[in-house]
Amino acid sequence: MATQKKVKKPGWKELPEGDLIIGGGTAFEFKTGDWRSRRPVFLKDKCIHCLTCWAYCPDSAIITADGKVVGYDYEHCKGCGICYHECPVKGKAIMMVSEKEAKAKEKK
Amino acid sequence: MANSNIVARTGNEAMAEAMRQINPDVVAAYPITPATEVVQIFAGYVADGLVDTEFVPVESEHSAMSACIGSSSAGGRTMTGTSSQGLALMAEMLYIAAGLRLPIIMADVNRALSSPINIHCDHSDTMMVRDSGWIQIFSENCQEAYDNMLQAVRIAEKARLPVMVTTDGFIISHGMERLEILSDADAKSFVGAYKPENYLLNFEKLITVGALDLQDYYFEHRRQLAEAMKTSKQVILDVAKEFGTKFGRTYGLFEQYKMDGAEIAIVAMGSTAGTAKVVIDGLRSKGLKAGLIKPRVFRPFPKEELADSLKGLKAVAVMDRSDAMNAQEGPLAVEVKAALFDASASSGANKTVLDYIYGLGGREIKPEDIEHVYNDLSEAAKGKAKQKVTYLGVRE
Amino acid sequence: MANLKDLSKQKALFTGGHRACAGCGAVIIARQVLMAAGPNTVVANATGCLEVVSTIFPYTAWNVPFVHSAFECAAASISGVEALYKSWVRQGKYNKKVNFIAFGGDGGTYDIGLQSLSGAMERGHNILYVCYNNEAYMNTGVQRSGATPKGADTTTAPVGKVKKGKEQFRKDLTEIMVAHKIPYAAQSVVGNWRDLTSKVEKALAMDGPKFINVFQPCRLGWSYDPEMTCEIGRLSVETCVWPLYEVVNGQYKVTKPKEKKPLVEWIKLQGRFRHLLKPENKQLLDELQTATDKNWEDLLRKESLTSPAAEPKPSQTLR
Repeated sequence: MATQKKVKKPGWKELPEGDLIIGGGTAFEFKTGDWRSRRPVFLKDKCIHCLTCWAYCPDSAIITADGKVVGYDYEHCKGCGICYHECPVKGKAIMMVSEKEAKAKEKK
Repeated sequence: MANSNIVARTGNEAMAEAMRQINPDVVAAYPITPATEVVQIFAGYVADGLVDTEFVPVESEHSAMSACIGSSSAGGRTMTGTSSQGLALMAEMLYIAAGLRLPIIMADVNRALSSPINIHCDHSDTMMVRDSGWIQIFSENCQEAYDNMLQAVRIAEKARLPVMVTTDGFIISHGMERLEILSDADAKSFVGAYKPENYLLNFEKLITVGALDLQDYYFEHRRQLAEAMKTSKQVILDVAKEFGTKFGRTYGLFEQYKMDGAEIAIVAMGSTAGTAKVVIDGLRSKGLKAGLIKPRVFRPFPKEELADSLKGLKAVAVMDRSDAMNAQEGPLAVEVKAALFDASASSGANKTVLDYIYGLGGREIKPEDIEHVYNDLSEAAKGKAKQKVTYLGVRE
Repeated sequence: MANLKDLSKQKALFTGGHRACAGCGAVIIARQVLMAAGPNTVVANATGCLEVVSTIFPYTAWNVPFVHSAFECAAASISGVEALYKSWVRQGKYNKKVNFIAFGGDGGTYDIGLQSLSGAMERGHNILYVCYNNEAYMNTGVQRSGATPKGADTTTAPVGKVKKGKEQFRKDLTEIMVAHKIPYAAQSVVGNWRDLTSKVEKALAMDGPKFINVFQPCRLGWSYDPEMTCEIGRLSVETCVWPLYEVVNGQYKVTKPKEKKPLVEWIKLQGRFRHLLKPENKQLLDELQTATDKNWEDLLRKESLTSPAAEPKPSQTLR
């Protein structure tokens, strides 16, 4: 899931002149999800959509739509657990599970 | 022929005058002797509203070049000036300016590097940053300093490389000379408007400048820089040609003085070339076939062209106004010899090249010193063995 | 002030896919500062963690114009960008309103970049400098900096048989900035998004040089569970080891915690202070508590001294 796309790297004549990246936010194409050893699982029914998790996620991995949490971007989430820790809901609207277990479940 | 105005100016005044006519968007600079006047005079133009420039009186040369990098990457025509220790403090940022391919223009008034501290001329400051990726243009006199500054803008923006134009500290910077100044309109139309392709203040096309390159990209970016330096030779020639056609003063990668039929020659940069010309005139009247090669650009180094011009000579003396401290010889001699080595296969010449390290820390170089060099060369040309490296004018 | 609901609908100005450690506080700061600043912002960044993780060629996490040149010169770089902007506006070539923000870590700000920062502040550029202060050189492997607190274990001031970590108190950079008489200087923290975004908004609405020192727990250098980043940030405010305050045109305003907690509450969560919990180091722990108390009282005194109520009446004898 989070593996990098293999692309042929440009030669020196093909690169823009100078140490320059053209275009914003290209890092989004780089996947960091495989760094994760645990993952947040969204408990939709408990979520109050306060967006605290969104505000603090270091990896911009909380997906929102129209001001509401809709899920997590597992291609970028590194599993730090800040979303879980910061969730103000009693009993938490996020559950942290081991990545191994989550993957095993996915396979089933 | 274009209108011009003949005045008396020092080298620093001439460079400041060129900067006024160039009217850069930003100048960021810090005072240092003997370059101080350039930006000091320019600050006066800013204060009088004669230019549109935002002048940034930074707290160090490091910040001067850093601010220049900010301004230039944001899309502005950007200039600065410095000397010696100032250039040394900038060194880190000079490499970055070149690597980022920013066409920053600098007036660099040559002064010896510490230690010992000394405020007078030699070329060790420019030589210290010779591999930074900056184009380096040397000036023989006030007029060349002025002309080179105007051409530097065009060269930098076309080659997308930063350019430093140098003058010999005090000798040119503070010496009053006759100067032909172009009309403001001519100067303006020659330098033209700057239209960067990618720049920070363009929110329609976002860029990230100065990204981290690891093993997989650094080499490609450095290769680009090397190529840019190579192709800048033609840019320099093209700009010089246009300048010559419009204003009647011709420039190249180097100047040849009385090289027709010459048997021996000196290679010298900066104001020393002027002194050498006087000496040559005297020697020629005595029948000695002496000539002079005056490199104008040290970077890019005009390797093939220079070797070609030295082809028919019996002996060559290189005058180095700095020492590379390499247990070998001065930096100019190293380059000249390398050029000749590669050319020797085709020309069959394995000529004597003597290096004279001279004038460090502003030590005066007199016509009789240069005459002494030519005498050595005459003897070398007749097959007499001569000392390979001479510290000319040092007390034993 | 915008709420999170509105902010979440904006275009992301700092994207995922950067290579920061899991739980990194520096990128939380970058995200929140840009949330408040909006898209019309140019960013300059000093060499350091934030720059290294966010711009590995050909990937950039920045969705705004961005420039990095070297370690000690983010303030000078942004000065140059802002100078060009002023020149273009004066020439009638440009009319967009633009924010100019520089980011530097504590190494690039307190130490090697202090001169260029001081110069930029003194020259009065219309810029905001944000220090993401994680109290050591984290990018090179947790070396002590001028911002490292006394007693912290770092790789160049390690805890050994004789020494107990860094032997000096950290310098007070925020006060150095206040001494520049700039219109706005403040301290904020990771873990209070409302405080940080409102300070950024407030700063950017003012003309001239602004400075915000944002305290940033670092899970690597401070050694704690990554999910605790924001929690430890807030605890540093509650223990008054990092007070939230702002100085607006010389006037101090301190955000006081509901209850001032003992310093050890903050210290015991961090591996870099592990040795301080040993009985033989109690004296050092007490010394740190005393210093924290004194700094806090000094700050409150400054607040009361500079409050409008404390303005001295114009003297009748001096004319």
